[in-house]
Amino acid sequence: MSSTTTAAAHDHHHHGPEKGLLRWVKTTNHKDIGTLYLWFSFVMFLIGGAFAMGIRSELLQPGLQLFEPQMFNQLTTMHGLIMVFGAIMPAFVGLANWLIPMMVGAPDMALPRMNNWSFWILPFAGTILLSTFFMEGGAPAFGWTFYAPLSTAFAPDSTDFFIFAIHLLGFSSIMGAINIIATVLNMKAPEMRLMDMPLFVWTWLITSFLLIGAMPVLAGAVTMMLTDRNFGTAFFDATGGGDPVMFQHIFWFFGHPEVYIMILPAFGIVSHIIPTFARKPLFGYSSMVYATASIAFLSYIVWAHHMFLTGMPVAGELYFMYATMLIAVPTGVKVFNWVATMWRGSMTFETPMLWALSFVILFTIGGFSGLMLGIVPADIQYHDTYFVVAHFHYVLVTGALWGIIAAVFYWLPKWTGKMYNETLGKVHFWWALVSVNVTFFPQHFLGLAGMPRRIPDYALQFADFNYISSIGSFSFALSFLLFTYIVVDCIRNGKPADARPWESAKGLEWTLPVPVAYHSFEEPPTRAEILAESQHS
Amino acid sequence: MKLLLTLASAITALLSSKSVLAEYGLNMTQGITDISKDIYDLHMMVFWVCVAIGVVVFGAMFYSIIAHRKSKGAKAAHFHESTTVEFLWTGIPIIILIAMAIPASKTLIDIEVLDKADMTVKVTGIQWKWQYDYPEEGISFVSNLAQSSRDVVNGTPEEREAVNNDDTYLLSVDKHLVLPVDTTIRFLITSSDVIHSWWVPEFAVKQDANPGFINDAWAKPTEIGTYRGQCAELCGKDHGFMPIVVDVVSQADYAVWVETMQAEKVAELASATQVWTEADLVAKGETVYNANCSGCHQKDGSGIPGVFPAMIGSEVANGPAAYQLNLVINGMGGMPAFKMLSDSDIAAVITYERRSFGNNGSVVQPSDVTSAR
Repeated sequence: MSSTTTAAAHDHHHHGPEKGLLRWVKTTNHKDIGTLYLWFSFVMFLIGGAFAMGIRSELLQPGLQLFEPQMFNQLTTMHGLIMVFGAIMPAFVGLANWLIPMMVGAPDMALPRMNNWSFWILPFAGTILLSTFFMEGGAPAFGWTFYAPLSTAFAPDSTDFFIFAIHLLGFSSIMGAINIIATVLNMKAPEMRLMDMPLFVWTWLITSFLLIGAMPVLAGAVTMMLTDRNFGTAFFDATGGGDPVMFQHIFWFFGHPEVYIMILPAFGIVSHIIPTFARKPLFGYSSMVYATASIAFLSYIVWAHHMFLTGMPVAGELYFMYATMLIAVPTGVKVFNWVATMWRGSMTFETPMLWALSFVILFTIGGFSGLMLGIVPADIQYHDTYFVVAHFHYVLVTGALWGIIAAVFYWLPKWTGKMYNETLGKVHFWWALVSVNVTFFPQHFLGLAGMPRRIPDYALQFADFNYISSIGSFSFALSFLLFTYIVVDCIRNGKPADARPWESAKGLEWTLPVPVAYHSFEEPPTRAEILAESQHS
Repeated sequence: MKLLLTLASAITALLSSKSVLAEYGLNMTQGITDISKDIYDLHMMVFWVCVAIGVVVFGAMFYSIIAHRKSKGAKAAHFHESTTVEFLWTGIPIIILIAMAIPASKTLIDIEVLDKADMTVKVTGIQWKWQYDYPEEGISFVSNLAQSSRDVVNGTPEEREAVNNDDTYLLSVDKHLVLPVDTTIRFLITSSDVIHSWWVPEFAVKQDANPGFINDAWAKPTEIGTYRGQCAELCGKDHGFMPIVVDVVSQADYAVWVETMQAEKVAELASATQVWTEADLVAKGETVYNANCSGCHQKDGSGIPGVFPAMIGSEVANGPAAYQLNLVINGMGGMPAFKMLSDSDIAAVITYERRSFGNNGSVVQPSDVTSAR
C-alpha cells in the first residue's frame, strides 16, 4: 500500500488512475467518483430493498408473524430514509458526475477535491444511520417524515445519531450541487451556449438550485429537533409555546422540492433516450427547459399540500390546492413533448427505450394520482392511506428509479466500452415491469378501501390485495439479482462496444472514443461539433 | 377504440358491482353524510377525467409505438418544434384544471364552513386509544382496541377468522362512540401526546389531532349503523391498533344511552368513596392494565428495554405510593397522563402493578387517588 502512494506522489504528471484501493479513496476523477456514487447507491438500494422485503413479508398475511410493531416502524422509517437519501439521490449525483463533464465538453468536474469529499461523507453517514438498529431502544421509528413530537419527546435515544447522519447527508448533497453548478456554468465548452446544453445537464442544473435551497431547510429542521431534545427549547412543543405543525411546514418546505430533486434528472434522462430510439430530434427542446424551470419554481410554493388535514384555514387549503393543480401543466407539457417526439419517428425498442417508454406511462399514472391527491376534499379520504403509498411509489420507483435504470443501460456501453446482454436486459425489464405493477397497483385499491399506511397488521378485508402486493414485491426484488448479473457480466465479459453504440444517439459524450480516457475533453469541442451533437437540430 | 369502450364498461361494471365491492373493497366508500357523497362524486369525476386524458395520451403513444416502428419500415420525420401545439397543450390542461377546481372549491367550502352544530364531542388521541368527552352531557370515556382482537394478533389465522366473524378483527373497540342520527355533530379534535388523526371514512372526517391545539370537523350522519375507522397518522408503536367504532343510533336510543352513561358515572363516583379489598383491586386492575398499560409495559410487565420501563422489579412500583400516583395521574416524559381514568380504575391499576409481577408495594385505595388529584 505505502509503495503505491509513494509512487503516485512522485509522478505529478500521470493521468491514469492509481492502482489498488487507494485509487478510490484519493480519487478526484469525475468518472471514478461517479462509479463510487453509483455502486454506493446500489448497495443502499439493496439494503433499503431488504427492509421493504421485511415490511412486505410482515404484511403478506394478517396478524404479526415476523416483527413486533416497534420493529416494523423502524423498518418503514429506515426503508424510506435509505431509499431517498442513500439510493435515489446519490445515484443521480453519480450519473451527473459521469455524464455532465462529457456532455458539456469539460475535462472533469470544476471542484474535484470537494467532489471526493462529498462522496466519502456518504458511507459514514449511511453507517451512522444504519448503526442505530443496534442501539438500545432501536432505530428511529417515526417514519421518514419524522414528525414532531413523535421524533422529539417520544423518540428513542438513537434519534440524535439520525440527526447527525441527516446533517452529513445534507453537507454531501449541498457540496454535490455546488460542484454541478460550478461545472456547468464554468467548465462547459466556451462555444456552448446555455440553450445548446443537453436536457440532462439542464435538469441537473435546475435540480442543483433546488438542493441548495432545500437542504439547508432540512438541516434547520433537524437542528431544531436536536435542541428540543437536548437543550430545553420548545420549537415543536405546545407546552413551551411551540407548535408541532410548524415542524411539518419546515419539513415539507424541504420535502416538496426534494421530490422534484428526485425526478427532474430522470426527466432529463428520458429526454435523451426517447429521441435516440425514435430517430427523431427531441420535440420542443426549449419548452422542455422552460417546463423544468416552472416545475422547480412551483415546487417551492406547494409544500402544504402534504398537510391538508393539520387544521389549515380554508384560504390556505384553496391556495395550496390551486398551486398544486398548476404543476400538472408543465408536467403535462413534458409528457406531450415526449409523445410528440415518438410521433412519426422510426422506433426501435432496445432495453433503455423500454425503460424510458414505461417511465412515461407509469410516471404519468403516478401524476394522475398526484392530481387526485391535490383535490383537498378528496384528499380527506386519501390522506395517509395506501393510496398515497401507491402514488409515491409510482413516481419514485417507476419514475426516479426507472430513469436511473434506463440511464444505466443507455450509457453503460460508454462507461465500460462494452455491450451488455440485450436479451437478458429485455428479460429483466419485462420481469421488473410486471412485478412492480403487481406490487403497487393493488395498493390504490387498499387505500381507497380504507387501509391506513404505516400499520404492521390490518383488518381481514385488506388481506387479498396485501397478499398480491407482497408476492409482486418479492418478484420485483428477485429481478434485481438478474440486473446485478447483467451489469457485472457486461463489465467482465461484454463484447467491445462502439463509441456511439446507438445509431442515432446525439451528444458530445458519444464523440469520445471507448474505452473513455481518464480525463474527458482535453481540448474543448468546436462550435460545429457542439451544433452537430445538440438536441435541437 | 371498440376495445377501449369494452374495457371502460368492464371497469365501470367492476366498480359499481356491489358484490365485488363487498368482497375486495376496490373503491372509496360513498359514506353516509352529504359531504361524504359529494367527496365520492368529486373523486369519481377526477378519476374519469384522468382516465380520459390517459386514453388520449397513451393512445397516441401506443399508436406511434405500433405504427411508427423501424421494423415496419417507418422513416423518421424531422419536425421538432411548434409554438402552436405548445400553446394548445398548455392551454387545454389549464381549462380542464379550472373545470375541476370549481366543484372542488365548492365542496371544500361546504366542508369548512359550519354555522351551527346540534352537539359537540371532544375527541382526544392518546397513545394508543381515543378518549371521547360529551361536555354538555357530562359523559367521558376511553375507547380501546377490543381485547378479543388484541389476544389473537400473534395467534393463528383461524383464531383471527373467528374473532372477525364475531366482531371485526382490529376494527373493534371496548366502548363505542354513540351518536344520534340526523344531527349535526361538531368534533373537537386534539391529542395528549403525539399527533394522531381521527378518521371515520363513512363520515368523510379525517382530522389531525395535534397536542396543544384543537382542530374541528363536523358530520351529519344520515343512516343508522355501526361505522369503523382507524388512526391515520403514525403515532408510535401501536399506531395500527387504535381503531374507532361509531354507533349511529336513533335519537330515542341516543337519549337512553346518555341516561345509562350518566347513571354509570354516579355509581362509579359512589364506589370511589368505599374501601376496596386487595383482591377486588387487583382483579379490576388487571383489566385496566391490559387495556391501558400493556401496550408499552407489556402484558407480562417486562417492558421494552431502553424505551418502556419494566414493571417487574420496578423501583416505582416497589417505592412510595405517592410518587406512582403522581406519575400515573399527571404523566412524565414519554409516560402519558391517565387523569381521564376514574379514581377506582387508577387505584386498581396501581395496586395491580404494586402487588403483581413479583412486586411488593403497598395497596392504593380510590380515596388516595381522590386526594392525590
